Amino acid sequence: MKKVEAIIREEKLEPVKKYLEEIGYFGMTITEVSGRGRQKGVPLKWGSKEYRLEFLPKLKIEVVAMDDDVPAIINAIIRGARTGEIGDGKIFIIPIDDAVRIRTGDSGNNAV
Amino acid sequence: MSINTGDTAWMLVSAAMVLFMTPGLAFFYGGLVRRKNFLSTIMMSFACLGLISVLWAVYGYSLAFGPDKAGLIGGLNFFGLIGVGQAPSAYASTIPQLLFMAFQGMFAIITVALITGAVVERIKFSALTLFSVLWFTLVYLPIAHWVWGAGGWLGSTKLGALDFAGGTVVHIAAGISALSLALLLGPRKGFKEKEPMEPGNIPMVALGAGMLWFGWFGFNAGSALTAGGLASSAFVATNLSAATAAFVWMVLSWIYRRPSLLGVVTGGVAGLVAITPAAGFIQPIMAIPIGAGVSLLCYHMMLWRPKTGIDESLDVFAVHGMGGIWGALATGIFCSAAVSPNSKNGLIYGNPKQVLIQLVAVISVAAFAFVMTWILGKIVNSTIGLRVSPAEESVGLDISQHGERAYGGNLR
Repeated sequence: MKKVEAIIREEKLEPVKKYLEEIGYFGMTITEVSGRGRQKGVPLKWGSKEYRLEFLPKLKIEVVAMDDDVPAIINAIIRGARTGEIGDGKIFIIPIDDAVRIRTGDSGNNAV
Repeated sequence: MSINTGDTAWMLVSAAMVLFMTPGLAFFYGGLVRRKNFLSTIMMSFACLGLISVLWAVYGYSLAFGPDKAGLIGGLNFFGLIGVGQAPSAYASTIPQLLFMAFQGMFAIITVALITGAVVERIKFSALTLFSVLWFTLVYLPIAHWVWGAGGWLGSTKLGALDFAGGTVVHIAAGISALSLALLLGPRKGFKEKEPMEPGNIPMVALGAGMLWFGWFGFNAGSALTAGGLASSAFVATNLSAATAAFVWMVLSWIYRRPSLLGVVTGGVAGLVAITPAAGFIQPIMAIPIGAGVSLLCYHMMLWRPKTGIDESLDVFAVHGMGGIWGALATGIFCSAAVSPNSKNGLIYGNPKQVLIQLVAVISVAAFAFVMTWILGKIVNSTIGLRVSPAEESVGLDISQHGERAYGGNLR
């Protein structure tokens, strides 16, 4: 069992959601986050003066999945979120020990 | 001509109320954009308060209301407010000319600010400032003179078009110019891809609409220029039209989806727009059909506009342009000579010719505003550039144009 955690552009939520639904993943958690990559944000100009906007608003999507589904999920997120420009975001895969559905007490793959 | 203190007191309050509409518009527009552009959208209106107030006093009042030159523009006799003092003028014989000047100046401010709704979230602030100066000088002032200046070619002594408080001068001019400038500037990044661009804060929109509705009593009832029966008649007509339009829009949004707050406040503004040219020329009860008509028209215009692919972002054309055109024509339909000595009988009192006169005013103002805005926009675009860079657009204009944020915190 894995957690797929993706940082994406705010405006890419709709396509990512659509492609995840196409492969049967409806459950997800969304958080509004701020962050920067190795470019340390975005350089901007005001007249001749340069300045840097360090932290940009992004969305974090978390999906917990069975191991076999992880490649399809990664693929769906890339399809939805990629523009080819700097700032498209990252995907992290994290091992999960267990999951429990609170309503029924089910655990393991049944709870995903 | 002698000062009437009652009239003067009412007009002082009216002028302040019309000024208050521009901050109202700032919040109305500000709440409609994404939150990264909230502050910049407010800024666009507030910049007009500073800029246009000064230009109006220096040369604007003179070019609009100075002695007529061929029906097209006023002379520079009032340049720098020379001769504009505490004594009344022929325009308003019971209040100081200074007050008349100040009252009219508030209209110029909000007209320029209205256009900004079409270009939010992507226009360069310096370009907008330059455009505002050019547009005010070369579009607003001539049109104001044509309709309201003594001897203006559309006005009471010439063609005889009726425009009580600015249906053509303010709303058609701004609405059509908004469309023209939006076409020139192009859509926002992500508009064609149908990225969500939902309003950042609808309660702010409602707050702004409330300020507009309140201020509009100064706009319309104040346009009587006296504090008597005519002001009261225009006051009642104003509220009835706004109320009817808000209610009808609510019902329409209820039929199609759910009763929408955004719908009620947009309807209210559309109703205020439509009654503006008619307020002091119609029997107040006729504001009900005028208000109902404007919501039916503008609601469908707003549904249709996004399908055209035109990103006229905050629907200035759909509400102020279409609403203004309907109001101008409705004035010709419903006006009654019994309301004021300056009024005439319209279509329903057996004078269909008035509708035709109104149509001439609508077409000439609309055509002039559209073409001139296009030319002025092209000039600004080829000199300093109209649009921010893609990176600036994507981080938002609050940071990239003003270095400030609408919401606190150091992260976003």
